[in-house]
Amino acid sequence: MKIIVCIKQVPNTTDVQIDANTGRLKREGVESIINPYDEYAIEEGVRLKEKFGGKVTVITMGPQQAESSLREAIARGADEAVLVSDKAFGGSDTLATSYTLSSAIKIIGEYDIILCGKQASDGDTAQVGPAIAEMLNIPHVSCVKKIEVVDDNSIKVERMMEDGYDLIESSFPVLFTVVKEINNPRIPSLKGKMAAKKAVIKTFNVDSIGADTKRIGLSGSPTQVVKIFNPPQRTGGEKFVGEAKDVAANLVKRLSDLGII
Amino acid sequence: MVMNYMLSEEEQMMVETARNIAVEKIKPVREHYDEKEEFPWEIVKEFAQADLCGVYIPEEYGGFGKGIMGLVLVVEELCKVDGAIALSLAATALGTLPILLVGNEEQKKRYLPDIASGKKLAAFGLTEASAGSDATGMATTAVKDGDYYVLNGTKCFITNGGDAETYTIFAKTNPSKGARGISCFIVDKGTPGFEFGKKEKKMGIRASSTRELIFKDCKVHKDNLLGKEGHGLMIAQATLDNSRPGVAAQALGIAAGALDEAVDYARKRVQFGQPIASFQGIQHMLADMATEVEAARALLYASARMIDSGTSKRTSKESAMAKLFCSEVAMKVTTNAVQILGGYGYSREYPVEKMMRDAKITTLYEGTSQIQKNEIALNLIKESAAKAK
Repeated sequence: MKIIVCIKQVPNTTDVQIDANTGRLKREGVESIINPYDEYAIEEGVRLKEKFGGKVTVITMGPQQAESSLREAIARGADEAVLVSDKAFGGSDTLATSYTLSSAIKIIGEYDIILCGKQASDGDTAQVGPAIAEMLNIPHVSCVKKIEVVDDNSIKVERMMEDGYDLIESSFPVLFTVVKEINNPRIPSLKGKMAAKKAVIKTFNVDSIGADTKRIGLSGSPTQVVKIFNPPQRTGGEKFVGEAKDVAANLVKRLSDLGII
Repeated sequence: MVMNYMLSEEEQMMVETARNIAVEKIKPVREHYDEKEEFPWEIVKEFAQADLCGVYIPEEYGGFGKGIMGLVLVVEELCKVDGAIALSLAATALGTLPILLVGNEEQKKRYLPDIASGKKLAAFGLTEASAGSDATGMATTAVKDGDYYVLNGTKCFITNGGDAETYTIFAKTNPSKGARGISCFIVDKGTPGFEFGKKEKKMGIRASSTRELIFKDCKVHKDNLLGKEGHGLMIAQATLDNSRPGVAAQALGIAAGALDEAVDYARKRVQFGQPIASFQGIQHMLADMATEVEAARALLYASARMIDSGTSKRTSKESAMAKLFCSEVAMKVTTNAVQILGGYGYSREYPVEKMMRDAKITTLYEGTSQIQKNEIALNLIKESAAKAK
């Protein structure tokens, strides 16, 4: 089974600060990590490989420094890594990113399953995974919480829904985006870390993926960010403190005084 | 910050991996295993998956080849969070060392890869009800019968007993020869005549199993004799020279963990309108604890490096010093951590009472502190006498 896992390097914080002047994320002094959802995608890919044999190739688009995330993916059990990196990719929105990654995946060649995290912790769009599938013209299922390979021609998955889950069967090749309920990622092993240290990371640029330059980077990105700002912190409000019993009684009294309950 | 002991990149990798497992996997379940006294199989799987089980086993047998120092670093890091769960790995090292030290190529190939991969655990069977510090008092016998030795007797207080697959067992092959009449055997779990007795209920290290091993006409093939007949006691002593740093590492880890808890608590606990860390009485206790922990670490790392360098034939004195010092420091530091946390420290709500209970074993097993002193003194006298010649 040939598995491709798409990952993204993101800042290690859930409290991303935005520079008021430039409207961009403040990345200085913030450690970079693999997008947490993508860790579940890597783990699932490695588990599928361990169960059915084959190979896990991990791919990311980003600056040179994203190589460290690819090495960590190898420490976590991936076999090969591809960095798609070129100044021309700068400023890509989700459409341009999906186009770039799908073009690179075509160069990698054969695959049975593509795995992505549900969404990235910085952009939170959840668009790139499904868009890659569309561009590759293959089926996809998002928010997958369980993968069960049925036979050589079909695969069953559970898609997480608000009120339960859908059971979906698909042919190969197929793309899944995964949620954190799917597994419990392993701690990188010593042999994995040694392999990661020695691994040769393949690098693709605009030329090597044969991309249409009008569809990449800023020129391939219809999304125009007009302004990014921090919404003002809410102030005021009433705070009830004290013993739980008294706080509850005071809160109920206040809410009924206001006619809310 | 800890002092810089110039760890290699690979040594740092082992520390980081052990820390990840300790914090992410062990911390959430440590109370459960202490309370229920269950064997921590789910964590053993984590050790195996992360390649920690074979850090001290040479690469040619599937290990990571990082010697006693590798074992020490991993055990210390794990024990900062829990001093009992790591024993599944540390006591396996004790049971494996006789094979590593004196096993022939066939025995090493047969046993080490499964231990390195974490597929099997090991245990060391020396102690008996009437043979603790004095191993020559053992009553277990191994009588030669054709291609086999027939073992009879009962071992007690065996760490990993019942849960391990591979046992290195000491028995008398020639009772009239005393110290030179003991031999060492590898015995597999499931060998007919090899059974397990009662499981001990203990003060600490409750996530670690401690059982009796019972041999009743248990036939062990002569291919499972380790080293030569009659060399058993020497093998046991050489094993302990190499394994005592592992106990020292357990003690050091527990002490370092308790120190962290005590400093953290002292900063946050407010009495008389200020954090108790602002009181000199508390500060001096913390300063002593930190200094003792660092001194223990320096002595232990130096001993482990000396063993791995292979420059000295015997390292009994240095191993004993590291074990004596680290385990006594662990007792002092954990007791003081409970003192600093006061009533909360005595409560199971905080981890320091468990650390104190777990620490106590380190002054007892693989030789009590008093036995370590005997070992140190004996070697001092021998070294002096050799110089005087």
